[in-house]
Formats: sequence, C-alpha cells, structure tokens
Amino acid sequence: MNVVRTPGGFSVRVAPRAVLAVLLLAAAALAASVALIGTGDYPLTPAEVVRTLTGGGTPAQEFIVDDLRLPRVLVALLVGAALALAGAVFQSVSRNPLGSPDVLGIAQGSTVGALSVIVLFQGTPTAVSGGALAGGLLAGAAIYLLAWQKGVHGQRFVLVGIGMTAILTSVVGYLLTQADLNDATRATTWMVGSLNGRDWKQVWPLLAVCAVLAPVVLSQGRDLRMLEMGDDTAYALGVRVERTRLVSLTAAVLLTAAATAAAGPIAFVALSAPQVARRITGSPGPCLTAAACTGAALLVTADWASQHLFGADRLPVGVLTGMLGGCYLLWLLHTERRAGRG
Amino acid sequence: MSRLQAESVTLAYDRRVIAEDLSVAIPDHSFTVIVGPNACGKSTLLRALSRMLKPSAGSVLLDGQAIGSYPAKKVARTLGLLPQSSVAPDGITVADLVARGRYPHQGLLRQWSNEDERIVQESMEATRVAELADRHVDELSGGQRQRVWIAMALAQRTPLLLLDEPTTYLDIQHQIEVLDLCAELHEEQGRTLVAVLHDLNHAARYATHLIAMRDGKVVAEGAPNDIVTAELVARVFGLSCEIIDDPQTGTPLVVPAARQARRGRKEAAAEVAEPVSVEAIGEAAVAATGPTAA
Repeated sequence: MNVVRTPGGFSVRVAPRAVLAVLLLAAAALAASVALIGTGDYPLTPAEVVRTLTGGGTPAQEFIVDDLRLPRVLVALLVGAALALAGAVFQSVSRNPLGSPDVLGIAQGSTVGALSVIVLFQGTPTAVSGGALAGGLLAGAAIYLLAWQKGVHGQRFVLVGIGMTAILTSVVGYLLTQADLNDATRATTWMVGSLNGRDWKQVWPLLAVCAVLAPVVLSQGRDLRMLEMGDDTAYALGVRVERTRLVSLTAAVLLTAAATAAAGPIAFVALSAPQVARRITGSPGPCLTAAACTGAALLVTADWASQHLFGADRLPVGVLTGMLGGCYLLWLLHTERRAGRG
Repeated sequence: MSRLQAESVTLAYDRRVIAEDLSVAIPDHSFTVIVGPNACGKSTLLRALSRMLKPSAGSVLLDGQAIGSYPAKKVARTLGLLPQSSVAPDGITVADLVARGRYPHQGLLRQWSNEDERIVQESMEATRVAELADRHVDELSGGQRQRVWIAMALAQRTPLLLLDEPTTYLDIQHQIEVLDLCAELHEEQGRTLVAVLHDLNHAARYATHLIAMRDGKVVAEGAPNDIVTAELVARVFGLSCEIIDDPQTGTPLVVPAARQARRGRKEAAAEVAEPVSVEAIGEAAVAATGPTAA
C-alpha cells in the first residue's frame, strides 16, 4: 500500500497493483472498442478508427463510425460496466460470489417486464425497454422487502432472490406459451441479450443513468468493504449498515434494470466481472472501479469475438457471454472446492 | 463516575424479553467483567451498551445522553466493540485489517493521515502482532487472530472498549494471553474495558469490577474480592463450591464441590432465589459459610 497525501489534508491509500490493474483493464476496454468499431462489412484499421473519432475521417467513414458503430460500442461499454458494478454490489451485500443480480431475480424481473410488453401489448422497442426497467425495479423492491428482517442479511437475501428467480422464470415460460409465433420469436431474441442495431437512442438514457449512479455506488465502496467483516463489526466501527445496503442495492438494481432495458439480459457479466477483477487486483473486498472496467472490457471483447468467429450479427453477444461465463463459473466452483470452501 | 450506563432498560429480541428494568453503570477506568450462566442476558446487555440492540424501554446513556442520539461515527470514536463473530475478508493482511479500525476517524478526503499510520503501528505493537503485519489473517492461529481483532479495536482509539467473550474458542494459553493484554490496556492506557467472560476464575482474577447476572437481573456487583462467595456462586450458577484464595494473585478462586458433596447441597442452593444487595452478600461472606445467611 502506498499513500498519497496533499498539503490540504487530503490523504488516500492506494494499492499499486490495483491502480495498475485498473489502468490496464481500461486500456484493454478501449483497445477492444477500437477493434470493434473497425469490425464489420466495411472494415477499418485501428488508425482509421482513431482518426475518424478525432474528426479526421472521410464522410463515409464518419457515417459508419459515428452513426452506426460508435453507439453500439458505447452501449456495450456502459452495459458491461453497469452490470459489473451491480454484480459487485450484490455479491458484496450477499457475501456470496454467486449472488449476482442475474441469479437473484433482477434480470428475470426485467425479462418478465419486457416479455409482458411484447406478448400482451405488442409494444414498440421503447415500450419494451420501459417494461424491462419497470420489471427489474419491481423485482428488486420485492426481494428487498421479502428479505427484510431487521435488516437484510446475506443468506436470507440469496434464498429470497433464488425463490424470486424460480417464480419469474415460470412466468416467462407462461408468457411464451401465450404468445403467437411472431411475438415469441421477438421475445426469444430479446431474452438472449444483444447489441445488434443499438443506436444513440439507447446510449443517452443509459449514459445518464450511469453518470448519476456509478458515483453513488463508488461512494459506497469503503462502507461495503467494512460490511464484509460482519454487521456487528461494521456497526461498531460506525458504518451505517442498513443505509449503506439500501443505497448501494437500490443503485445496483437501477443499473441492472437500465442495462437490461438497453441490451436485454446479457448473461454472466454481473457474475464474473467482479470476481475476475478481484483476482486481478488481488484486493480484499469489492474493487468497484476495477470491476466496472472488467465488465466493459469483457462485453466489448465478447461482442468483437462473436463478430469475428461467427460473422456480423449472426450470434447475439449474450450467447457468447453465457458460454464464457458458464465456463468461468465451473472453473470458479472447481477452484473453490479445491480450496476447501465450495 | 460512569460515562456509560444503562438506565432501567428492557431488552428483548422481538417479543422474547431477556431483561426487564435493568440498570447498570460501568465505572470509569475499570476493567468490568460481566459473568453469569448461559442465557442470563450478559451478551444481550453488552449489545445494548454498544447500541447494537435498541432497548424497548429505558435508555443507554453515553456521557449522559441517549447513545442512539449520537451520529454513528461519533459513538465509534468513543466506544469500541469486539463482537463475537467477525469475518476477516478473504486474503486481507493483518496490517490492512487493523487499519480498518481507523474508519470512524476518516472521511472521504482524509482517508489515511500520518496519525492513522502511527496509531495502526502502535496498536499492532501493543498486541504483539506487528511482526505479522504482512501475513494473511486466514493463515494465523486462533490466538493470533484474536489479537489482530483486538488490535483493530484498539486502532479505533476509544476510551471505552467492549469485548464479547474474547476468549471463547481459544486454548488456555491463548485465553491468558488475551486477558493479560486486556489487563495491560486497562492499566497502562487507562481505558475502560467491559468484557463478557465465561470463566468465573478468569473474571475474578482480572476484573476490577464484577457484575454477576442471572435471569436478566444483576445479582451482585463490586470488586471480586468483595462479592465472590460460595453463596453468590450458588445463587448465580446453582453450583455449590468452595472459594479459596488464588495462590498466585490472592483473588477468589472457585473450586466446585466434589460430586458426592454437591448432591446433598443442591436442594439448599436451589432455595435461594431472591437477589440481595452487595452489602448483604459481603456480610454473608464474613458471617457465614453456607447459603443460609440471606
């Protein structure tokens, strides 16, 4: 640990390895973004991409980069970062590496919301996003209230969340049986999670949500780390335990719902990104900034990989993150069992 | 004088009442030990004193004001607590864990001052864990780990420190190590310590002020030499015993009666139910040897 102090009384402890990790992860996310912008039916070299982004491209390049591909990449970066932040908060509060929002029913709430709009009202894409947002928030509120017992505690929170997931999954199944073929196809496509055809209309609301909530979550980072020592210890040290949990969980649910509204329920980013970040930074407790960078890098890389391996827009990115995330999960369980903790 | 006291508090978990109309004052600069049989409410009282449990009636006062009326961090700068269950985060080092004790003194901008650094070092030296500073907490022995947690509570720099069964699950040599450390903190740094202990002999040896509880009531309180009698042990624990002087320290040492002897005295011990004042028990200790004086 190194210490940074300024004459004004500002002081902060920084772990060099964590800082380096965050910088490298951010660089990786940017590099993957440039590569992703250059990928498609009309390929661009990284140099052309950078030149176009800084205003020096031809009109054709500008159209492709600024109007077609940049919004998609921005959505990918924001969704990845938002899901990872939310995952880090959920895992920290539930004190369980599997306690991420897509395991505990938030993503399923969004899915029910979106499918209701698709199947029951044949709504517009904007309405579908609205439904996803509302569904996620409702599921989050329901889980919090049901898990509340003089405060929300890890074990109970996880169990209530898993129960909620089971209920909502069966509602999804019911909605699909009630849909006609067109709606069912649309619903299934939405449920995989995809970045295809995302434009500036998705970027702005997501950017606004992230701009407000990411600082909120980051400001809770210290208190969340204290909470991992147990409620009593945190309380004895002057942490406002329940307030910290309520604020960070609310922000996490909003981030998840907004990300899901923009790109569908993209699997496993929320689960795996915080765990990967924790191992890269080697820091005890949630490392929120590193988690956000990991999530952004992960999603952009997955999108780039799926376009390269399977061709443009053939394979929705959610399929690939699900596959990668599933493998990662098995590896995690395997190593934890070997360490005697699984 | 008492900076910390409970004034006729009723303590309950949901509807289960543990103690009613309980009043306790912690003498300043004392090493107070609370003893009593399982489920007598001693840990519950400690939770109430450390504002973990809000009394359903009455109030806990810190410096004359209801403890709940202070901001959380302000209380944490005056009153420290070492709870029974603490979780060391995966992969945390000793120095990092102890550093977390500085939390109530830090703000968003002032996260790690020179003072923080110095106090963490001092706390680790006081608990003799400084040489373990870079080790991971999860690879330490039980005794070392408990010293690390105490170091964290010390780094909080509170004049009052509450410890909930700090010696449970430790081997005998580690129990003594932890209690010696507590005695040092009390004597050398002048802190007020309050601990819940299971072992009556440890309590009698280390406490300057002893509180004996049974069924949510204080049965006796005072200096161990004044209040620990065979009569009190029978009253509080329902155990017949002999009290002798600890050959090392001269404090009362409880020697349980042999099995055969206990059978005959069990009924007599069970008859005693009314709580008595400290003076009455003190007199009893002088005047009588059996559980009949009160």
